[in-house]
Amino acid sequence: MSDAPVAIVAGHGSFAEGIRSAVEQIAGRGDCFVAVSNAGLGPGEIEARLREALSSSGARLIFTDLPAGSCTIAARRLQKADPGLVVVTGAALPTVLAYACGGDVAKAAEQGRAALTVLEGPK
Amino acid sequence: MTLELFRIDDRLIHGQVVVGWGQPCALGFLVLVDDEVAGSEWEQELYRMGVPPEMDVYFDSVAGAARRLEGYRADRRTGMLLTGDIGTMRRLVAAAPGIRAVMVGGIHHKPGREARLRYVFLTADEEDQLRALAADGVAVTAQDVPQAAALPLEELLRGDGTG
Repeated sequence: MSDAPVAIVAGHGSFAEGIRSAVEQIAGRGDCFVAVSNAGLGPGEIEARLREALSSSGARLIFTDLPAGSCTIAARRLQKADPGLVVVTGAALPTVLAYACGGDVAKAAEQGRAALTVLEGPK
Repeated sequence: MTLELFRIDDRLIHGQVVVGWGQPCALGFLVLVDDEVAGSEWEQELYRMGVPPEMDVYFDSVAGAARRLEGYRADRRTGMLLTGDIGTMRRLVAAAPGIRAVMVGGIHHKPGREARLRYVFLTADEEDQLRALAADGVAVTAQDVPQAAALPLEELLRGDGTG
């Protein structure tokens, strides 16, 4: 069992809740994450939602889905005021799962990159 | 192709723009028109961060975009011009005649706004500004992604937030 500090997962639609529930199903560590969706929110509201999630959870790490996405933009704005905040963008299940199980964000990012593979059928 | 998409979107450059429109329309460049962003290198870097290297991003003020609009139109690549609010687009239309169509791509909830579509919330004043754009001869539609139908202004203003 890792002691990964709680982190925020933020993204489009149900991405964040989906990631959180997948981590729970695979490793029983869904409680490592607070899910934030940008659905229906303007830029100021996304930033406020993330600020609130950071404040209520004590998290110092935000995983986001798309580098150009509005959650990433909002997270970077928060990071400007709080340089100790870490933002990992382009996050998918292997990265977030590795963080939940190991607690090391740099290693989790490496594992996420390594997991991305194109599998072709037999020739 | 040329600069042919004029979009009002309070998120400015984000996933829908870069991926949702960028890939199927093969966007070669974006023009972000916002007086504040045009004056801030940090803001520009923030918006440039997630844009693929093959897509250029130009930052301009309203006055600068009005001066350079013909240059953007002369670009052979397909481009999209973005403003973050209706007022900025109206100022641009007034300063740079010839903009014939504007899409509302996303104006999200804020106190005082009412839901018209799931991605468009408007105050009474913003609705009047859209009507004024239409009265100036601009075809105003609402469309978040290219696969969705472009809804005419009258339909947008009749919406109750469920569409």
